[in-house]
Amino acid sequence: MKIGVLALQGAFLEHIEMLRKLGVETVEIRQKGDLVDFDGIVLPGGESTAMGKLLRDLELFAPLQEALRGGTPCLGTCAGLILMSKRFEDSEWRHLDLLDVTVRRHGFGRQIGSFATTAEFAGESVPMVFIRGPYITEVGENVEVLAKVEEKIVAVRQGNLLGVAFHPELTEDFVVHRYFLGMR
Amino acid sequence: MRDELNKNLAQMLKGGVIMDVSTPEQAVIAEKAGACAVMALERIPADIRAVGGVSRMSDPKMIRSIQETVSIPIMAKARIGHFVEAQILQAIEIDYIDESEVLSPADDVFHIDKKQFKVPFVCGAKDLGEALRRIQEGASMIRTKGEPGTGDIVQAVRHMRKIQGEMRMLTSMSKDELYNAAKVLAVPFELVEYVAKHGKLPVVNFAAGGVATPADAALMMQLGAEGVFVGSGIFKSGDPAKRAAAIVQAVTNYEDAKLLADISADLGEAMVGINEQEIELMMSERGK
Repeated sequence: MKIGVLALQGAFLEHIEMLRKLGVETVEIRQKGDLVDFDGIVLPGGESTAMGKLLRDLELFAPLQEALRGGTPCLGTCAGLILMSKRFEDSEWRHLDLLDVTVRRHGFGRQIGSFATTAEFAGESVPMVFIRGPYITEVGENVEVLAKVEEKIVAVRQGNLLGVAFHPELTEDFVVHRYFLGMR
Repeated sequence: MRDELNKNLAQMLKGGVIMDVSTPEQAVIAEKAGACAVMALERIPADIRAVGGVSRMSDPKMIRSIQETVSIPIMAKARIGHFVEAQILQAIEIDYIDESEVLSPADDVFHIDKKQFKVPFVCGAKDLGEALRRIQEGASMIRTKGEPGTGDIVQAVRHMRKIQGEMRMLTSMSKDELYNAAKVLAVPFELVEYVAKHGKLPVVNFAAGGVATPADAALMMQLGAEGVFVGSGIFKSGDPAKRAAAIVQAVTNYEDAKLLADISADLGEAMVGINEQEIELMMSERGK
């Protein structure tokens, strides 16, 4: 199994380390030529505007969108969730336009509002770290809600797309990554 | 816990470019160009040099106007040792405080006790001892000092090489040598032990001070920086939006010389800059 990790900006090394510990081979996606036929793709945390701009400048946007539309499993964490989503409360941004949800970016506030907690994800107890984290305010009918924190939706699945508002890659817990690897 | 969350935010900034901006309009240009954060300050370092006098924390009104304009994290500078400026920045919910040698120091002995704060701090360092002392005081991110406002990369290179070289030395030392290294570096043994074991700082380490071109940014990345601050280099250049976007790309693909050649082409005039022999004020000598 080979997983591509978008490595334009942000905490991509943490995902690579996590997957390495699970015995999975990873490849960094930094430009067009790096995007081959993967068994899964990770869109990491970082700044969604920075990654969105780089995706376009490096001509990665269309091929990545095509791969995900074609059914390649994808895990998006925090900014990665934002990149996948269709709608935003606070802007007209268009990113990959795939996940049928509405996201409130920085829903939990600025850095002073960042927090860690434990909550259920798909029936398992998981530590969750939110860094200037977003949450989901609305989901389409084909979207399954996997986790909620403070009544707010923080993890969803729609077919091959898994979007989480927190950062499993900043913890020692493998539940989310295992779930993702099981989506094939 | 707070400490971990603050280090975590720095992890999210990695591989990115943090840009100095002095107006909401510049902040928008920076965000659109792909900046992962902006540093809000009234005068960029090149202008601080030109104007002279005491430089202080920026007007909170100006910082707020930038907070309201862009969605990326906002940083702002407090003077070294000026914990009240830091309290004020925390009160307006700044995402990161830079306890910075770019401003006039408020205290020539003590740095801010950063562990008393909820918001994170980034601090400058020109060698490993400085970096680890700032981390001990509670900094959750380190940057090289370089020489701000000069457009001259030589100091940032010197500081990054020094820090990386000193870390490599620690990784090859025996335990008794590490005890002595802690004494020589004037830092706690636990931090020395961490560096010896991991070969890196326990927090994210960016380059800063003198970055003016995509090549400068890529140079710092190849020397081991995890991201780059660009101060005067963008808004003192001929075409800020284009240069900013090119530097962002250079930090992502810092090892691809062909791509660097493409994005370095036709950027317009770089900031004029000032050589280190011509500088009257060495900001990097502030705060050790």
